[in-house]
Parts: sequence; structure tokens; C-alpha cells
Amino acid sequence: MSEIEPGVVTDDPALESLIEQKVDERVDRILAELGQRIEGKPVLANRATLVVFSGELDKLMAAFIIATGAVAMGMEVSMYFTFWGLTAVKKQTILSGKAPLEKMMAKMMPGGPGGAATSSLNMLGLGPVFFKKMMKNKNVSSLEDLIALAGEMGVRMIGCQMSMDVMGITQDELIDNLDYGGVATYLGDARDSRVTLFI
Amino acid sequence: MSDPLDCKSLKCPMPIVRISQRIRRIATGDVFSVEASDPAFHADLVAWTQTTGHRLVSFKEEGSVQYAEIEKVGV
Repeated sequence: MSEIEPGVVTDDPALESLIEQKVDERVDRILAELGQRIEGKPVLANRATLVVFSGELDKLMAAFIIATGAVAMGMEVSMYFTFWGLTAVKKQTILSGKAPLEKMMAKMMPGGPGGAATSSLNMLGLGPVFFKKMMKNKNVSSLEDLIALAGEMGVRMIGCQMSMDVMGITQDELIDNLDYGGVATYLGDARDSRVTLFI
Repeated sequence: MSDPLDCKSLKCPMPIVRISQRIRRIATGDVFSVEASDPAFHADLVAWTQTTGHRLVSFKEEGSVQYAEIEKVGV
């Protein structure tokens, strides 16, 4: 006598092995079916990939709040800085060696995140002054603090080499812990990221 | 129970950033308390525990201050 499961007893070993065999067959069939369904579906990484195209204070705030929040949520985060977004990772402006048009552009662009305009109500630079004062009054972290925090938390930051070339921005003008890449670097990351944003 | 984490007057995303930094430093099964005043704190905390798998042991609100206890689950 053996107990197949609690309360079910048999003295027929053939019946017992038959049941076992039938169960195994069924499990194998279900597994094979599930395997076919899963195959071909991309496995998404627990990662957020952000394209930071804009260079305004408010939009950069949004980008860095999402990035630091995502790391806090246990996600891996990559930020791709392109065109005006490069403002966020600019540490200095170096004019020597630039072509005349590049020099003009460098002088007209903010020298770093501290000089970013607001996307609305900029009012010739008064907007960011008001915005920063209001953020400080409400104890919201400054953009510079959030950028530093993102770096400390392990956010991967990548500068878009093509837009740097177009605008005449060199690696010496950007922060030290920056990686460099192009559209394939971004897409390689973004194609299997759970969250992708263009800011 | 480790020291309480003071997130009062901190705004989004700092409360969950501070909590995620604390959780890394403590052992599995440890519980710590958090005090916060951001009106979005409860919603963010619930989303954070659901995503990360850590446990919200208790939550209460007294006036403008919210008190939560969080237990580290898993590694």
C-alpha cells in the first residue's frame, strides 16, 4: 500500500506509475506551450532610458527627478544628453579652438545648468531667478544638487557625440564622469528598457 | 529598529531617495521608521514598496506629519 497523496491510497504499483506518467506528460505539454508563447517576446530589463534633448531648467528638473526616483525604485538608469540637453552636463566653456560660429553659439548658450532658462515665463532671465527662489522656499532640491545626486546614485550619463560636434562642444567642456555614444548606444539601451522618455 | 529617518520638509524625489539609501545599509528583516511631510509621500511610498518588494509595516498621519515603518525584505 502506498499513499499517492493524503487520503488517496493504492496497492497497485501499475496504477501509481500510470498516474505519474500522465501527470508528467501533461506538465511537459503545458511547459512546451508556455515556452512557445514566451519565445520571441523581448525580455525587458528593469531600466529607464531618458533622452534629455531640452536644456531648460524646468525640463531638466523633471528629467533628474525621474532619474533619481527611478534609481530609488531599484531601476538602472541611463540618460542621453543631446543638443540643448548638453547644458545639464556642461562644466565650463572653452572658446579657444572653436570656429567663429561655434564661438558665437558657445557665448549665447548657458555655461552650465546654473544658467538654464525656463521653458515658459523666462522673462529675459527673470523666470529662472523666481523659479529657483520658489524651489528653495519649498525646500525642493536645486538642479545642481539633483545632477550631483544622480551621479552619486550611479545614473549612467552619456553625451551625444554628434550633437557635440554640430555645436562645437568638446569633451573638456563637459563633466568628467560622462560616457560618449551615438544613436546606436541609445537604441541598444532603449530597446529593452521598461521605461523610455524623451524630454 | 535602526534610527528614524527624518524626511520632514523634503520634497519629491528626496524621501524615496533617502529611503532607498537607508535600505541598502540595513540587514534583511530590519525595520526603520520614516517621518515625512510631503503630501505625495504616502502614494510614493506605496508604489515604492510594491516595486521594490520591501514591506510597509505601518503608516499613520498626524496633522501634517506622516509616520511609516518599513521592513527590509530579501537581499
